[in-house]
Amino acid sequence: MRWGVITFPGSCDDHDVVDSLKSELGQKVKLLWHKDELAGNFDCIVLPGGFSYGDYLRCGAMARFSPILRGVIKFAQNGGLVLGICNGFQILCEAGLLPGALVRNANLQFICQPVYLRVEESDAPFTSGLKRGEILKMPVKHGEGCYYADRATLERLHKNRQVLLRYVDVKGKPSASANPNGSVDNIAGICNEQRNVFGLMPHPEDACSKLLGSEDGAKIFNSIAAACAEKASAHV
Amino acid sequence: MSEARAEQHAAPMVTPELVSSHGIGADEYQKILKALGRPPSYTELGVFSVMWSEHCSYKSSRTYLKNLPTEGPRVLQGPGENAGVVDIGGGLAVAFKIESHNHPSFIEPYQGAATGVGGILRDIFTMGARPIASLNSLRFGSIDHPRTGYLLSGVVAGIGGYGNCIGVPTVGGECYFDECYNANILVNAFTLGIVKKKQIFTGIAKGVGNPVIYVGSKTGRDGIHGATMASESFSEEKEQRRPTVQVGDPFTEKLLLEACLELMEKDFIVGIQDMGAAGLTSSSSEMAGRGGCGIELDLSAVPLRESGMTPYEILLSESQERMLLVAKRGTEAEIQQIFEKWDLDAVVIGRVTADQQFRATWRGEEVANIPIRALTREAPVYQRPAARPPRQDQLQQLDLATVKEPKDLGATLKQLLSAPNLASKEWIYRQYDQFVRSNTVLAPGADAAVIRVKGTTKGLALTVDGNSRYCYLDPYVGGVIAVAEAARNLACVGARPIGLSDCLNFGSPENPEVMWQFSQVIQGMRDACLALNVPVVSGNVSFYNETDGTPIFPTPIIGMVGLIEKIHRVVTPWFNSPGAVVALLGRTREELGGSEYLKWVHGLTRGTPPWIDLKMEQAVQLCCLEAIDQELLLSAHDVSDGGLAVALAECCIGGEKPLGVRIERHEMIRGDAFLFSESQSRIVASLKEGSVERLKEIAARHNVPLQVLGVVGGSRFTIQPLIQLPIDELKTTWSTALPARLK
Repeated sequence: MRWGVITFPGSCDDHDVVDSLKSELGQKVKLLWHKDELAGNFDCIVLPGGFSYGDYLRCGAMARFSPILRGVIKFAQNGGLVLGICNGFQILCEAGLLPGALVRNANLQFICQPVYLRVEESDAPFTSGLKRGEILKMPVKHGEGCYYADRATLERLHKNRQVLLRYVDVKGKPSASANPNGSVDNIAGICNEQRNVFGLMPHPEDACSKLLGSEDGAKIFNSIAAACAEKASAHV
Repeated sequence: MSEARAEQHAAPMVTPELVSSHGIGADEYQKILKALGRPPSYTELGVFSVMWSEHCSYKSSRTYLKNLPTEGPRVLQGPGENAGVVDIGGGLAVAFKIESHNHPSFIEPYQGAATGVGGILRDIFTMGARPIASLNSLRFGSIDHPRTGYLLSGVVAGIGGYGNCIGVPTVGGECYFDECYNANILVNAFTLGIVKKKQIFTGIAKGVGNPVIYVGSKTGRDGIHGATMASESFSEEKEQRRPTVQVGDPFTEKLLLEACLELMEKDFIVGIQDMGAAGLTSSSSEMAGRGGCGIELDLSAVPLRESGMTPYEILLSESQERMLLVAKRGTEAEIQQIFEKWDLDAVVIGRVTADQQFRATWRGEEVANIPIRALTREAPVYQRPAARPPRQDQLQQLDLATVKEPKDLGATLKQLLSAPNLASKEWIYRQYDQFVRSNTVLAPGADAAVIRVKGTTKGLALTVDGNSRYCYLDPYVGGVIAVAEAARNLACVGARPIGLSDCLNFGSPENPEVMWQFSQVIQGMRDACLALNVPVVSGNVSFYNETDGTPIFPTPIIGMVGLIEKIHRVVTPWFNSPGAVVALLGRTREELGGSEYLKWVHGLTRGTPPWIDLKMEQAVQLCCLEAIDQELLLSAHDVSDGGLAVALAECCIGGEKPLGVRIERHEMIRGDAFLFSESQSRIVASLKEGSVERLKEIAARHNVPLQVLGVVGGSRFTIQPLIQLPIDELKTTWSTALPARLK
């Protein structure tokens, strides 16, 4: 399995993703530079967290115009797996690969805390190793993580079962107090209709080690790796 | 247009009024005349004023600072560089420093705090180290003061805005409120970076003919005379000094950080220094001073953000996100290529010379020519008069008989847990990215933050600490306790101290009482550092924290770093096992002087701070460390502000799942003193019943008093016969107090 992780100017979590994939999960990873064209064979491209181009405009609004994004969009259209974490999720929404938008947190502050997430669907590659209803723990850290979509879009998301992760309390209830940022329907992560593009605000790369308090993030990366392995063996 | 405007800015005549408005005294002006052998030009006057400012020259503090111990087997770089560097073994070292940004943060809290973070980050990566953790220590006025909410919100947002964006986690800190900071808040920022021992860089200029290269943001008019501002007291009119505050751009700093670290992998750099306070002037002259050479700058080559800037402005600008480096001749093109990749300027603006002069030209004309040593080594040093304040004796009087013991001590505990100084600070640290770089083992809220060192089994523990009330009541004892408590915080997570960085925040050094406080605090710190074997490797002095003649309490902040050999042994402060036995290392005495209880419940700031015996302090720490090394402890927590009752409550409610406790009162002293006395050298631990005998054996060997207090478990907080409360009630009180007051 070949992972590509993009470094935009202002990416902060690119090395975290690389380190977690390499040293915790033993994966092969290549760092990709925003000014380059996407070249080479990859199974999954990760758009990491951070503040691409400073995010002085709308978050992710500049990054969608970077040279490498053209290739990423094509890669996604051809069925390649694309994972956007935090700022990566924002970029995917700006680029039109995912519906909706991420706006300022409801309390107007940056929020960093561990959250609980409920797995809503397990038939996308990103959650394929998980059970529906399973509870995961990992941190969020963002200023603009409030997911918003209009009613029609939301209905489509629900109809197509595109909501993969929801913010819940420790018992698994999607309550208002478990929603850190005011996201509509407690949405923490969604995929596209084709189920090969996934964006989430929480950070699985910061939850791949018992020492750091959770290994639940590894379950998402492992799901992706298993799905790719299965696809590869099916092609043989 | 720009030329025309520059002409209009023709240099003013150097008059006595102009000299004095630059904060240069008559004696100092005579020194300048002697150093130059002629009157200074306007530009030169500006250069002297910033280099001889308190902020840059340490002219009032230097004679005292040299008393601090700065050496140790692990110290690779002591004070005097951009940051201190300490060996952590395996070819790795850590660079760290704490620095103040007090004055700017009071004038413009968001940008003041943000650029404070930006500045300390540059100090770290200048050394070749990748910053991996930041902490901060904050002091605000009374929570009820009308400006406190605004200042706190702005400072916290500014720290987060900068640190989050640049991708360095804020893993810990502390925040206290007291009226003495109403008009002078403190913002002290600490950063630690990790560096290969063989790749440490310093701020030195060497090699005649080597190019001097300017990298990073363009230069604007922001922050001119920031260093001078930081060397003056506030008065009403000074609040109008907003333009002296710089504006931060964390995105550019992120690019600068990555570009510099990429460059440092190559063998191109001779020396490198951040353009911080006093900008281009201090970085260039200090680098030349360290290398014993001269430096020549062509100011016309400096990339400018604004038109019509004068040489004076270019030399004194404190625009952020800039670095100066001296490179090996012939590497210019390759250096420029790296910076181009990161979309940053890298321009040759000068060269190293042999003549030991600081020379600046502008459009072919010389605008400054000053001996380097006059700006650095031979800058003024003062032995300021010091005098013990006459009120000190009276301050230290405390007749406990006049302090009425509350009837309902449970209510008093709740009152303390909702005091701004003791209540949960989650509202603050929730706004900081605590996890980026995926090293954070123990996040804010614990006695010390803990990060792992990737690729090893080691960890680093970090803390910032300082109790200014103690220092106000007895600056010597306060200085001792500041160091001792920081080390104790590290011991509680299982770390041995390897070095500290100090940020010394005081009033005006021209006030003899302030200088007395300063000298006493330094003495105390020195004695504690020697007793506990902790070298001071970097630091910062911030004087003039006073308004209209009223100084803040003396506030030394200690940023201390500890090494953990086996990261998996880390212990947290919070009770985590029902049935565990609770034990106290150390002894509780009837010491309420200077306590948070006396202040918050009785409105008194008086008495003497708790007694401290450095031998006992060290014994308690060693005992705790040994117990953690042997994996005997389930939790360990320092007993400090608020005393034993507050420490126990924190053990119960600070963790993820609240747990009750039941203990018995064991010292026959006043009930309020048993609960809230801040006796030093105490650690409350929990452990399995089967481990108690082994802990007793260790304590006995170290001559440390050990008391079994009770048992963890249930949903009530019980201190028989004084307090019995539901644990959820305490948790709610503690966790909602600060946000409720900030609404």
